[in-house]
Amino acid sequence: MTTECIEERAGAAILPAVGRCPAPPAAPGDAGTVSLAIIGSGGAGAMRAGEILLDVAAQAGFFGLMTRTMGAQIRGGEAAALLRIATAPVSSLDDHFDLLIALDWANFSRFAAELPLAATSLVLADPDEGAVPAAIGESGSRVAGLAMKALARAVPGGRVNMVALGAAAALIGLPAALVAEGLARQFGRKGETVLQASAGAVARGVEAAAALPPCRRFAAPPACAETRWNISGNQATGLGALKGGVRFVAAYPITPATEVLEWMAPALAKTEGMLVQAEDELAAINMVIGASFAGAPALTATSGPGLALMTEALGLAVASETPLVVVDVMRGGPSTGIPTKSEQSDLDIAVHGLHGDAPHLVLAPNSIGDCLTTTQWAVALAETLQTPAIVLSDQALGQSRAVIAPPPPPPSLPGRLIATAAAGYQRYTVTASGVSPMAIPGTIQGTSGAPYVADGLEHNARGAPSAQAGDHHAQLDKRARKLDGFDYGASWADREGEGEIALLTWGSATGPAREAARRARDAGLAVRLISLRLLLPARPAQFAAALAGVRRVLVVEQSHGRQFHKFLRANYDLPAEVAVLSRPGPLPIRPADILARLTTWE
Amino acid sequence: MPDIPVSAVPALAAQDFKSDIKPIWCPGCGDYAVLTALTKACAELGRPRESIALISGIGCSSRLPAYTSVYGFHGVHGRALALATGVKLARPDLTVIAAGGDGDGLSIGGNHFLHACRRNVDMTYILMDNQVYGMTKGQASPTTAPDWCESKLTPAGTGIAPVAPLPLALAAGVGFFARGFAGNPNELARLITAGIAHPGFAVIHVLSPCVTFRAEQRAWKQVVHAAADAPATDPATAMARAASDDGFTTGILYTAGTPPFMPERQGTMRAADFEPDFVVKRQGAG
Repeated sequence: MTTECIEERAGAAILPAVGRCPAPPAAPGDAGTVSLAIIGSGGAGAMRAGEILLDVAAQAGFFGLMTRTMGAQIRGGEAAALLRIATAPVSSLDDHFDLLIALDWANFSRFAAELPLAATSLVLADPDEGAVPAAIGESGSRVAGLAMKALARAVPGGRVNMVALGAAAALIGLPAALVAEGLARQFGRKGETVLQASAGAVARGVEAAAALPPCRRFAAPPACAETRWNISGNQATGLGALKGGVRFVAAYPITPATEVLEWMAPALAKTEGMLVQAEDELAAINMVIGASFAGAPALTATSGPGLALMTEALGLAVASETPLVVVDVMRGGPSTGIPTKSEQSDLDIAVHGLHGDAPHLVLAPNSIGDCLTTTQWAVALAETLQTPAIVLSDQALGQSRAVIAPPPPPPSLPGRLIATAAAGYQRYTVTASGVSPMAIPGTIQGTSGAPYVADGLEHNARGAPSAQAGDHHAQLDKRARKLDGFDYGASWADREGEGEIALLTWGSATGPAREAARRARDAGLAVRLISLRLLLPARPAQFAAALAGVRRVLVVEQSHGRQFHKFLRANYDLPAEVAVLSRPGPLPIRPADILARLTTWE
Repeated sequence: MPDIPVSAVPALAAQDFKSDIKPIWCPGCGDYAVLTALTKACAELGRPRESIALISGIGCSSRLPAYTSVYGFHGVHGRALALATGVKLARPDLTVIAAGGDGDGLSIGGNHFLHACRRNVDMTYILMDNQVYGMTKGQASPTTAPDWCESKLTPAGTGIAPVAPLPLALAAGVGFFARGFAGNPNELARLITAGIAHPGFAVIHVLSPCVTFRAEQRAWKQVVHAAADAPATDPATAMARAASDDGFTTGILYTAGTPPFMPERQGTMRAADFEPDFVVKRQGAG
């Protein structure tokens, strides 16, 4: 693979909207990007207000991102909708929030660290909700009162989150007409009373905003007729699985993966497939193996604790050469850890967690849209190579929602090699590629009719159990060869930019790294970004080519134990100068953190 | 889902359902008779080999699939029922049989046993019970009596009561339960045939002696006895009989008409049809 080829892929797939949909000339005072947070107790409606704002921004032609941070409580915990709206694609939250609206201050201390503010920020607080926390004052932000509770009370059925929505839309420059349409989409089905109540409360917020201090705002919506999607990472994962041909899902509910399953359950039922809620993750993965053995492309979605339970059966899938996909939407660990917040700390178990010599695929989407592309690719790779694939998404991707250009399709692959009727059929026959034709139950091979037994015991070419050295070595070689020798094309990584300095990253950490690289380039510092999509098998030759000419590497990842850095050290040659920016969850890595590290290097 | 037509084949004899692989079982093991009974049942049912999937876990008895000529999957310890559930749900056209021992099915796989009983997927489970872990050289299993002292792991006995598969299965909502004895393979073949014919999850509990670690089980042939009553058809009667059962009653002990579980599937949409759900539909200015 050539460097040019990598570049082409990166340009086409990852930044598809840049250039095709140029932002309008920035009007004087136009921000280009505005970040805002709506916070409150769980159940107060912060998330709903955020989703409507993102929807309205999409209508107005903006790109956007909304991440959510919340406690484990179902109601009464803390909840915050964190939004960034911009005229260009958004890959990451910004360094701080321009606008913070507090529906109340209950539990604020639990997530204060996730809400960085600057002196230019505007904080809106309800005087009825008590004193503004000291942490707000320390940020130097401007604080203004907005009597959301009182304004909402003045409207029959009015709610504070709708007052906040109206004020936010007016302050950042979203057209009122589009807000009204957004409300109709959101509440139209609930009847005229609910819609009127919401519209009334929103109107009070809009009116009140006129008297508030200004905050960073858009002069006008960008004129853009391009097709855009508004999708969450977990929905994109589900759609990618479906597009990849998955027709059977068995799974056990777990945060933050459950939305993948919730989206897939009705979709599978309409596409001749099914989703089964299993009694535990052990059952889920074994049901998936059974369904795949029987001929149905199959998947399960889980998080770290579930993946831990599934690892024995993943070894079975490797040994029996049964294709399947496990999506791990990672959260803070170990053990129950922080179930509602993101971390990239399952890399170790995904790469090293299987017993024996068990070559398998590990992939990671690096944006919300890429959840679709990479999951679809993982299904196709698993089917083509007859092996399990682990897809490492995380809470930051899965439970975030973005307005994006439609995700590109993954490379086209042949899929499962099905045995055609042949005499002397041997399921695990040793081939040059390592891939052997797979007979599907219900079919006969040759005139004698020779079904086979898939086996987790080491076996010979026909599938009969064997403890002989020759069989073990031949099958180990075959299973490794089919992965190592496959041509994964340019999709193994995204590479953007040139320069002697490279940001080396993966998964959700790619978002802030991508923005940091762009800012560095804007400031005249040439920075290369390399984001690995295919983690296993390692691609040493392609990696060396991608790193050619690089003198310094900054590894960017979200784990405490520098798992990605160790993974790179184990599999690749790195230049002499390597620094690591590794931070555990739940705080997201921000572009400014990365930029600071780049600009202060020596 | 693939819909692969099952080809018609000439009638097969029991022997045609055996493979050429020699079992690893000890001479005198009850599992030989289970293999014989199973292949006899397959021949009686007249189904082609490729339409049958035999799924197992780990243990002496779980070696069964390799000794047959049907499709098989020898999986990991305790998960045969989960694996078989996946096969049957993905491919309702296949005849799915799971097989394994008392440790595989009631200890490490105990949770799956409960949920297979209540899920009632149309498949048959042959549970070969010898009250011992044979493959690891003779440890107590969940069906071992508390005072059995022959294992080095539990030299004073386990001290805990064994689990009884029949009331366990009844409590979990099983729809068909039969008990057979390896010493009577003809009756066992009939029970397996009835289990496969039953629409729903069917448990065939087989008393299958381990002559190596539980030589005293050779005496089982003196204590087994055919059920005096017709099969119970309601759980209360079945449970009452189970309470006074000595564990050696053979025959169909319970059969109910619970409909099997099979989710509805429609082919009304393609994957791409879901994409418009995510497209931003601009209505107004902008």
